[in-house]
Amino acid sequence: MAESDLKPAVHEAPELADVGIEQWLQMYQQMFRIRSFEEQVNQLYLTAKMPGLAHLYIGQEAVAVGVCEALRRDDYITSTHRGHGHCIAKGASTDRMYAELLGKAPGYCGGKGGSMHIADQETGNLGANAIVGGSAGIATGAALSAKLRGSNQVVACFFGEGALGQGLLYEVMNMASLWRLPVLYVCENNLYNEYTRYQETTAGTLADRPQAFGVLTERVDGQDVRQVYAAAGRLVARARRGEGPAFLLCDTYRFLGHHVGDIDRTYYRSREEEQTWRAEKDPLKLMASWLLDGGQADQTILAQIETDVRGEIGSAVQFALAAPYPDQREVDQQVYA
Amino acid sequence: MPEVGQAVGVRELTLAQAINEALAEEMRRDPRVFIIGEDVAEAGTPFKVLKGLVEEFGPERVIDSPISEAGITGIGLGAAMTGMHPVVDIMFGDFLTLAMDQLVNQAAKVHYMSGGKLKAPMVIRTTLGATRRSAAQHSQSLHAWLSHVPGLKVALPATPYDAKGLLKTAIRDENPVVFFEDKLMYQQKGPVPVEEYTLPFGVADIKRQGSDITLVATSSMVYVALEAAELLAEDAISAEVIDPRTTFPLDKATLIASAKKTSRALVIDEGYERYGVTAEIASVIAEGAFYSLDAPVKRMGAMDVPIPFSPALEDLTVATPHTVAAAARALCGKA
Repeated sequence: MAESDLKPAVHEAPELADVGIEQWLQMYQQMFRIRSFEEQVNQLYLTAKMPGLAHLYIGQEAVAVGVCEALRRDDYITSTHRGHGHCIAKGASTDRMYAELLGKAPGYCGGKGGSMHIADQETGNLGANAIVGGSAGIATGAALSAKLRGSNQVVACFFGEGALGQGLLYEVMNMASLWRLPVLYVCENNLYNEYTRYQETTAGTLADRPQAFGVLTERVDGQDVRQVYAAAGRLVARARRGEGPAFLLCDTYRFLGHHVGDIDRTYYRSREEEQTWRAEKDPLKLMASWLLDGGQADQTILAQIETDVRGEIGSAVQFALAAPYPDQREVDQQVYA
Repeated sequence: MPEVGQAVGVRELTLAQAINEALAEEMRRDPRVFIIGEDVAEAGTPFKVLKGLVEEFGPERVIDSPISEAGITGIGLGAAMTGMHPVVDIMFGDFLTLAMDQLVNQAAKVHYMSGGKLKAPMVIRTTLGATRRSAAQHSQSLHAWLSHVPGLKVALPATPYDAKGLLKTAIRDENPVVFFEDKLMYQQKGPVPVEEYTLPFGVADIKRQGSDITLVATSSMVYVALEAAELLAEDAISAEVIDPRTTFPLDKATLIASAKKTSRALVIDEGYERYGVTAEIASVIAEGAFYSLDAPVKRMGAMDVPIPFSPALEDLTVATPHTVAAAARALCGKA
C-alpha cells in the first residue's frame, strides 16, 4: 500500500446507502468494459495491428469509474497518457476509441490524436495528455471558466503520482484554492513513475503537498469502487456548492507495464508483488465478491454483463480494423480553427 | 500610414492607450473576454497599460494572479477550451520560457490533436525589446520561437493604430495568438480613429514607399527603419519600409512584390539573428524574388549574445538607424 500520513477514509452509510443495485451493476459493467477494452488493445499491439504504443489502465479501473460515476455528463475531465479508462468511464464509445488507436478516420480525433490524445467534447472529456501533469492547467482553467460562466459544472483532473514532480500542478492548485474553484484533483498512486518506485522520486508524503495549499485532501482505497465513488461524490458535491477544490489520493496499482511493450519488469518490481495485487486487490473481483456475497446480484447477472461487453468490444475492434484511414488531404487541416 | 476616412474623428493615442482601448472595447462587446496575469488589476501592470480596466470590469474579469506563468497560461487555455476568451498577461517576453509547455505542447496542438473538436481562443499579451537597461532576463525578443510552432499565431504591432486593430482581431480569433508589444513603445503616439475598426492578420503594411531598396522591419525596428530611410534619402536612396505586422500568418506576397520592385532587401528584427525571424523572411524573399534581386538579401537581428546591462554594451546589440542605413548603402553599392 502507498505510504502516507493520511489514513484511507472508509465510507459507510449514509453515503452509499442510497446507491441502488442498478448503479452498482453499471459501475461493474464500466470497469469490465475498461478491462476488456485494454486486453484487446494489448492483443492489437501483440499482433502488430496497432501503430505505436499504448499505456494500459488494467488494475486501476475503480478509480476512473468511481470518480466519473459521481460526475454529471456535462462535467469535465482531463486525462493522462494512461487515459483509456477515464475516457470510457466518462461515456465514450469503444468503437470510435479503437478507431483512434489505429489512426483511422472515424476515430474520436480523426486519427490525428491517437491513444494519448483522445478528446470527446460530447462527454466533457477535454482530452488525454502526453505530458505528465500537463492537463492540470486545463482542468483548473475549465473550473475557473465554470465559475465565471456560473454553469455549476465540476472538473475532475486525473493524473498519476508522477505528476507530483511537475511544478505546474502546484501553481494551479494554489490558484484553485485561492479562488475556490470547482476542481477535483484525482491522484492515482499506482506506485511507479514509469519504471521507478515513487518513493525514490517523492520527498515527504504525497498528501502533504495539496494540504500545504489548503486543498481538502482525502485518501481512499483505489481498488474499491464503492470507496472511490463515495469519496468522489462527496467532494464533487462540495465543489459544486462552491466550497472549493479537493484532492483525492487513490491507492492503486498498474497490473501491467508502463506501456504495452514493457514486458520484463523484474528489474523494477517483483513478480510476487504483481501477483499479490492481482490476487488480493483486483477491483473487478472485489466488486463482484461484494455484489455476490451480499446477495445483491447473482452470478448469472454478472456473466450476462460480461458476455454483452465482450460482444461489444469484439464488434468495436472489427469496426476499427475495417475502418478507412484518413484521407491524405487531412494532414494540414485543422491546424487552425 | 493607413488611410483614415476624412469624416471620422482621429485622436493621438499612445500605444499603451490603444491597447487599453482595444481590451476595454472587446470586454464590453463580449462577456467571455477576461484578463488574467500578475499585477493586472489595481496596478494595471508595471507599464500601466491596463490602468482603469479593473475599475470598469471588476476583479472577476481582471484577475490578479500569483507569479505563475505556466499556471496562468494553462488556466487560460482550460478556460478558452470551455467557452471563455481569456487574455493572459505575461509581463516580460522572457518569461514565456516558463509557459512554453502550455503554449507549445498544449494550446498550439489542442485543435489539431482533437480532430478539430476543441478550440483554444486565447491571447497571450507579452513584451519584447532591449535597450531599456533591464539586462539579459528582461530584454529578449523571443517571437521567433512562437512563430515556429504550427497552431500559434504571432502579432507584433509597431503603431498605436496597428496595435488596437490587431489586438481586437486577436481577441476575436478562434486560435491561440501571442501578441508582442515593445516595452519602449508604450508611450509612442500615433493617430487612432474614434470609430471601431479591426485589422486583419497576415496583411503587411507599407509604412513608407520607396524604389531602391526594401527594408522589412518588425515592431520597434519599424521606427529604426523609418529613420534609416530618412538618412538614406539624403544619399538619394529611396527606401521602402514594410512592416509584416504578423509573423504568422506572414504576408509573403507583399514582401516579395516589394523586393521585386526595388531589387534589394534588408530584413531588420529585434530577435536574435541566429535562426531568427530575419532568416525566415529573408528566405521568403530570396525564393520569391530571386530573379529580380541585384544583391543578396541581408538580415539584421539582435546580436547573438545575452543582452548586456551596461548601456555602452547593450546599445551595440540592436540595429540602429545608422547601422541599418550603412547596410542599405552597401547593398545599393554606395557604401
